[in-house]
Amino acid sequence: MDYNFHWRPVFRSLPDLLNAGLVTLEVATLSMVFGVIIGIVFAIIRLNMRGPIRWFVISWIELARNTPALFQLFFFGFGLGAFGIHLTPFWIVLAGLTFNNAGYLAENFRGGFLAIPDTQMRAARSLGMNASQAYVRVIIPQVLRTVYHPMTNQMVWAVLMSSLGMLVGFRELSGETQFLASKTFRIFEYFAVAAVIYYVIVKIIIGSSRLLSFRLFRY
Amino acid sequence: MESTSIFFTSFKTTDLWFLAEAAYRTLLISGISISLGTALGLIFGWLLHEGRLISTFILSPFLDIFRSVPLIIQLVLAYNFAPIIGLNIDPFGSGAIVLTIYTTALVANVVRGGIDAVGIPMRRAARSLGMTYWQDMIYVVSPIGIRAVFPAWVGVALGVMKDSALVSVLGYVELLRASQILITRTQEPFLILALAGAFYFALSFPIARFSERLEKRWSQ
Repeated sequence: MDYNFHWRPVFRSLPDLLNAGLVTLEVATLSMVFGVIIGIVFAIIRLNMRGPIRWFVISWIELARNTPALFQLFFFGFGLGAFGIHLTPFWIVLAGLTFNNAGYLAENFRGGFLAIPDTQMRAARSLGMNASQAYVRVIIPQVLRTVYHPMTNQMVWAVLMSSLGMLVGFRELSGETQFLASKTFRIFEYFAVAAVIYYVIVKIIIGSSRLLSFRLFRY
Repeated sequence: MESTSIFFTSFKTTDLWFLAEAAYRTLLISGISISLGTALGLIFGWLLHEGRLISTFILSPFLDIFRSVPLIIQLVLAYNFAPIIGLNIDPFGSGAIVLTIYTTALVANVVRGGIDAVGIPMRRAARSLGMTYWQDMIYVVSPIGIRAVFPAWVGVALGVMKDSALVSVLGYVELLRASQILITRTQEPFLILALAGAFYFALSFPIARFSERLEKRWSQ
């Protein structure tokens, strides 16, 4: 083994990597926020509606779940170019992740809605709430509780998936790592440090979601 | 005009063969890693379930690393680490190794869940009927456990099939990489991406539906 590890250039650019880690967190969080909103709406549509809107929702969900995430990113990156739509790398990653998250979360939420007994809805309506009040104040809080763990998992997946941004030219943690590695050719060292940062990010997400669950689900 | 026409030619039927060959490579690498990873995952899952100190303090955190670091980073690391220790592995080899380890880490947890799904009273009953440990495992735990986690295993296998698209970063020409190459030449991104996506969808969707139906039937 005659390879000399050079860690110094990596540690010198550690601030850059950590900043890129924040970009990763930012895009993953944004995609989760949009994904949760779209997912809830889709779950409600899939359970309660008929007709073309329902078919649109079902095809979105099945496409998101049955094709590779990288394919989805490429589609938003290059496929839309056929229609003259050219997104910047940030929007490619955000759109791809949101598309994917919404598909998976919609299925989680559908399971969550099915787990709520009908009587909850009827009780809310007979208290004089209208349908949207009943959903927002009674049904959705309970659904969020049952899908809390799948949502945490999905957030972890969103962080891991955002690393695909590297392949569409987005400078999040992986993209930045690749950029810096190609300047110094210390590929292994840079990616090893990036792996550690990803690991820490994932552990922080899981740990904080567990802490938050103690606070949220006391009763 | 003469010179550009060499680089950009339209989509031909022979390109379909190119895509089909690439689809075969996708199937090959994911088939190998899913079968090897499942075999290893059975062993590691059993070790995780047995829960000795080694598995809780060493094996479990070790397997956890592969689920907490993006696959793309694992691939780049493995591909660049092999020459450091003097190995010369091609993209297919390092891709298959990383995908196998990744599958192992995921399947091990599924298997642990499956063994845990069989209640302790059931296992005690088997042992008190005079079964040995392995008879209990084969005739009691495996039929119940497999039913409990087979859908989860299908999910893992399909996930690995889809994630095998990432091996393209190492230069292995699988389906998505092949479509990229064709897009560069033909400048028809929508058609070619739609073809590639349709292949993944046609493979993944029926299997996912089948496992969903199986799950419903078994839970009755």
